[in-house]
Amino acid sequence: MTSLGSYLHRHPRLRLAGLLSAPLLWLVVAYLGALAVLLVSAFWTVNGFTGDVVREFSLANFRTILTEEVYRNVTLRSLGVAASVTVICVVLAVPMAFFMAKVSRFKNTLVIAILTPLWASYLVKAYAWRILLANDGPMDSVFGGPGYGIGATILVLSYMWLPYMILPIHAGLERLPDSLLEASADLGARGGRTFRSVVLPVLLPSIFAGSIFTFSLSLGDYITVQIVGGKTQLIGNLVYANIGAANNLPFAAAIATIPVLIMVVYLLAVRRSGALEEL
Amino acid sequence: MTDATTPAIRLTGLRKSFGAVDAVAGVDLEIADGEFFSMLGPSGSGKTTVLRMIAGFELPTAGSVFLSGQDVTRLAPFERDVNTVFQDYALFPHMTVQENVEYGLKVRGVARAARRAQAQEALASVRLEGYGRRKPSAMSGGQRQRVALARALVNRPRVLLLDEPLGALDRKLREQMQVELKQIQRDVGITFVFVTHDQDEALTMSDRVAVFESGRIAQVGTPEEVYERPASPFVAGFVGTSNVFTGDTARSLFARDGVFSIRPEKIDISSDGAPGVVAEVVYAGPVTRYVVDLDAGSRAVVVSQNRHNGSPLVARGDRVHLSWHDEHVVEIPPVAKETADA
Repeated sequence: MTSLGSYLHRHPRLRLAGLLSAPLLWLVVAYLGALAVLLVSAFWTVNGFTGDVVREFSLANFRTILTEEVYRNVTLRSLGVAASVTVICVVLAVPMAFFMAKVSRFKNTLVIAILTPLWASYLVKAYAWRILLANDGPMDSVFGGPGYGIGATILVLSYMWLPYMILPIHAGLERLPDSLLEASADLGARGGRTFRSVVLPVLLPSIFAGSIFTFSLSLGDYITVQIVGGKTQLIGNLVYANIGAANNLPFAAAIATIPVLIMVVYLLAVRRSGALEEL
Repeated sequence: MTDATTPAIRLTGLRKSFGAVDAVAGVDLEIADGEFFSMLGPSGSGKTTVLRMIAGFELPTAGSVFLSGQDVTRLAPFERDVNTVFQDYALFPHMTVQENVEYGLKVRGVARAARRAQAQEALASVRLEGYGRRKPSAMSGGQRQRVALARALVNRPRVLLLDEPLGALDRKLREQMQVELKQIQRDVGITFVFVTHDQDEALTMSDRVAVFESGRIAQVGTPEEVYERPASPFVAGFVGTSNVFTGDTARSLFARDGVFSIRPEKIDISSDGAPGVVAEVVYAGPVTRYVVDLDAGSRAVVVSQNRHNGSPLVARGDRVHLSWHDEHVVEIPPVAKETADA
């Protein structure tokens, strides 16, 4: 009589199958399946009178997106917001992560402090910022702005996604031996020089890794925009509007392929930097 | 200004405390210009911390560091005319070998052509010509070690600091690098300060050796002085192996009180002398080690050259006599602390 454990030990393929079948099923059905449905339905249309989905292949949705100016504007605006958020996050995260990894003696406490806001509800944080940014609210009385709008959107999104930039940079700095910084100083380089010539180049893959998060999360966001964006519309808002008010699911799917395409291009671009090994 | 008598490095009352621990507890030292100087000691004895204070990576808690007569105690590493070869080499992984070697020159604003030529010359001096375009990750440990050496030497520092640079190499390579390092040092004429825990390394390469013990220097001297006339039981035990006799054993062997040390290779197994029983015979190729339990109450190690083929002189359990010449007996100045037994 042999136990299940020893039977599996003699049959490694069976072991592998047992281990991987559930996650593979999830990946294929839930993840790739949803993406496939999205892609297929983007080529359907909606009957203008009945509101029913017409399941016939048509390029009408994409023709509309490519020809009407509003979609190009929203796409460019979304790209601008995602890029601004990413840049702001990099500028804030590099010195913070450097302090955490190389200077502070309370490393773990600081990592926890960075992670804690992620436990709070996204909606609560967004509404907290709505209060902060309101007319005659704290930001308005202290700084006289920025009020609701695209600036507020960039500000709040930067706040939301900053931890996702700090963590990979922090991990990258942890792997950067102190002796490299010492060697640079030893060879005559001052702090700024060491930062430009040694720290930044070694850190670049980590920064790209973080930017994948900040960029894609910003690109797909529609809630923060709704709450603090004033009249600002991003790609996510168009998708949402077509699902809800316009009841045009195929068109929403077609719009949703824009950020997917942008991210594919972005991932291909950063792959060359080695950032994908940092994830 | 500097002249021939100004030491390259002078340390006065140097201390470094990390919290409650005194890593360096008062070091005074002068290292002459052009000297190959080793700081030898077990890990945690403070030798690396002293090196790091000379380089400027650590600020002393007290005391001063002088380079060629100039007080550099509070200067940053980039303001000191010293360069360091790190234990882990600390080569910049994103730069090629050539860029690594050029880094110091580039930072100081040396023109491109000049710095290229100097870097190539430095790489040639460590026998790495033609490797300039490689990344450090594509080189072996010994090659990286030589790149680190070239990167430091190309700046022509007044002093080169080496922090256990051979520690990560295998034995054959290490012995080869010991010879090469000494040769390079003679060629460039720069003061080398070499930190190691390996007594063979310190003895073979150095003009002088400082033996560190718990944050202090136990003895400074030429390799011969440190080996032949250890100043404390610790030095006798750490630099090579030694038979240290104290108390009653010392009284019965030497007819007086004190602490005495005899090197294992200075003791002969002969027909008369101090009697004892052979407890262990260890054959080690060129030599055989005999461990003898002396009747006088202590254990002695005897090392004898295997100049003839055949079986060892004596076997386990044999009664033997040990003899030695009086001039090989070193009387160690008494220290209140522990004794290092052989």
